[in-house]
Amino acid sequence: MIRSVLLHGFVIAALIALEPLLSEYHHGNLARIMVLAVYATGYNILFGYTGLLSLGHAMFFAAGMYGCALMIRLAEWSVGPAFIVGVICALIAGIIVGFLALRTIGVGFMIVTLMFAEASYLTILYYNEYTRGDEGFTIAQSVRTIAGLDLSDTTTRYFSALTLFSICLIASAAVVQSKAGRVLVAIRENEDRVRMLGFDPFRYKLFALILSAVMAGSAGAAYAVLFGYAGASFAAVQYSIFPLLWVLLGGPGTTLGPLLGTVLMFYLVDYASGTIMPGLAAMVETQFGIEAPGLASAYLLLVGVALVLLVLFAPKGLLGTLRARMIPWLP
Amino acid sequence: MNLLDYLPFDLPHPALLAAGMLEGTVLAAVLALTALGLSIVFGIMRVVNVAHGEFYMLGAVLAWFITHTVSGIIGGPPWLGFALALIIAPLIVAALAAATDWLVLKRLNYDPEATIVATIGILYIIQQLALTFYGPDARPVEAPFDFRVQLPWFGYSGYKLCVVGAAILLMLIVWLILARTKIGLIMRATQYDRETAQAFGIPVDKVYAGVFALGAGLAAIGAVLIVPIQQAHYLMGGDPLLLSFIVVILGGLGSLKGTLVAAIFIGLSDGIISTLYEPTLAKILATLLVAMVLVFRPQGLFGARAA
Repeated sequence: MIRSVLLHGFVIAALIALEPLLSEYHHGNLARIMVLAVYATGYNILFGYTGLLSLGHAMFFAAGMYGCALMIRLAEWSVGPAFIVGVICALIAGIIVGFLALRTIGVGFMIVTLMFAEASYLTILYYNEYTRGDEGFTIAQSVRTIAGLDLSDTTTRYFSALTLFSICLIASAAVVQSKAGRVLVAIRENEDRVRMLGFDPFRYKLFALILSAVMAGSAGAAYAVLFGYAGASFAAVQYSIFPLLWVLLGGPGTTLGPLLGTVLMFYLVDYASGTIMPGLAAMVETQFGIEAPGLASAYLLLVGVALVLLVLFAPKGLLGTLRARMIPWLP
Repeated sequence: MNLLDYLPFDLPHPALLAAGMLEGTVLAAVLALTALGLSIVFGIMRVVNVAHGEFYMLGAVLAWFITHTVSGIIGGPPWLGFALALIIAPLIVAALAAATDWLVLKRLNYDPEATIVATIGILYIIQQLALTFYGPDARPVEAPFDFRVQLPWFGYSGYKLCVVGAAILLMLIVWLILARTKIGLIMRATQYDRETAQAFGIPVDKVYAGVFALGAGLAAIGAVLIVPIQQAHYLMGGDPLLLSFIVVILGGLGSLKGTLVAAIFIGLSDGIISTLYEPTLAKILATLLVAMVLVFRPQGLFGARAA
């Protein structure tokens, strides 16, 4: 327990200490990564600990994002209350989806969540009068303030993202190390046995799904206010796949895996689309004489390759493998 | 007061409705073929192939490459290029699918959740490779022949009617193979009980590779047939994947008869609904319907046995 508290404290302290050292470019990146890591942390509670693989978490992210951004844009609410509305929207979505989708298991659960997310995405496109559809809308810098702090300022933005991330990391660590957290893991390993021991798996799964949805929604709402943009692409299938990939890479069922996976994947994609892919495109053209006009923009290729390699060779992810081989106490 | 005034939409002109139904029939035919591929793969292998739409897209893109090569470089007539595309493109796609099965799915031991994650990865790999080498443009493929059939109300493309005929013929062939041949018997035996089948000397690995190849090949044939009507584009796999999912789930996962009934139902209603309502709204309702069917009636609307 002490080791776990020290480890999480150290990670948060390191993120604080890193702030003055970062260049402006990495500053913005890391703020974005922390917000996305909140999303991944929420996803991990459901997928990594409870063993429920959702293919539709983008709907919760989008519920938070649009719940918050539309209150600011249409009702001209200030950031604080709008953020809370966003989180409540994700909570409601989590409750509804939970009661319906948790009636299914395995592949059924995956497809049901996928279909609900697709319906939400299409709904956002359908009401493009308010949501501006794929194009999305920006939130003016002047309204992005909370308690007198300008959220578009890089330092404020960094520490706002860090605050939200810390809250979610600590909450996730507390939950998974509590008695309820042990039940979640037990459900992942053997649901029938959990039922036999007198627990109601449905209640625990619903709790995990709602907590997961709330974290995803808070990430979405935070993204809208910190980066001043809401768009339908955040509700598309891709944004349901991303947290799965981040968690798989970092290590499902480890508290710090989501952050690690998000950091690595973010920089891999960033570096690849800036350096590797254009270089590769040039090489393919000069060496083999094949024209590859789209290679420079095909960064999703990496996402595909990473998914296949992870599921084939490292289903436990980085921290999960580390835990299995060297550090058995890793939470 | 006319009763029709109470309808929640304006009733279109009968000719328009008939045209919608014809378009719907063409869509239903190709959809049934594509969905049949997904359904066979799920039915026999218990694998939900999320990359199915990309095999479809690959069929269309390969058809463009083949027809383009034949007419542009060799200077052959359009029908020759199309005929070659109809044979070669599905074969390439099927070979690729068999390789995918051997390299990825088999190694995952066909675990349902792991194979879904893997096929999502394969989806992105195929789609992005198509973007890489084919580019982001939509490109047309010339129809192999061009004549119009004069119907009482309007003239209609003879090619589209042939697509319907070809799709029906292919589905009959697939049904005959599954129900009447030894290969079909082996496939059904594998579906029924994989381990017992293996104990009786059925090469289960080869059956799985073959089934996966057949499923992907059916999607590719559907795409080659549709590509003179719709253009080939690297993102064209999304819609058929979603529609195939809808069809396969409404029809009952793994039930071939249900798949056919649902494909005809969805294809026709899509053709008609899109003349009445906005397509986005129709899609929202369809996806919600699928989710509800999976939640409350997982055996499908038409299927009898549990999935």
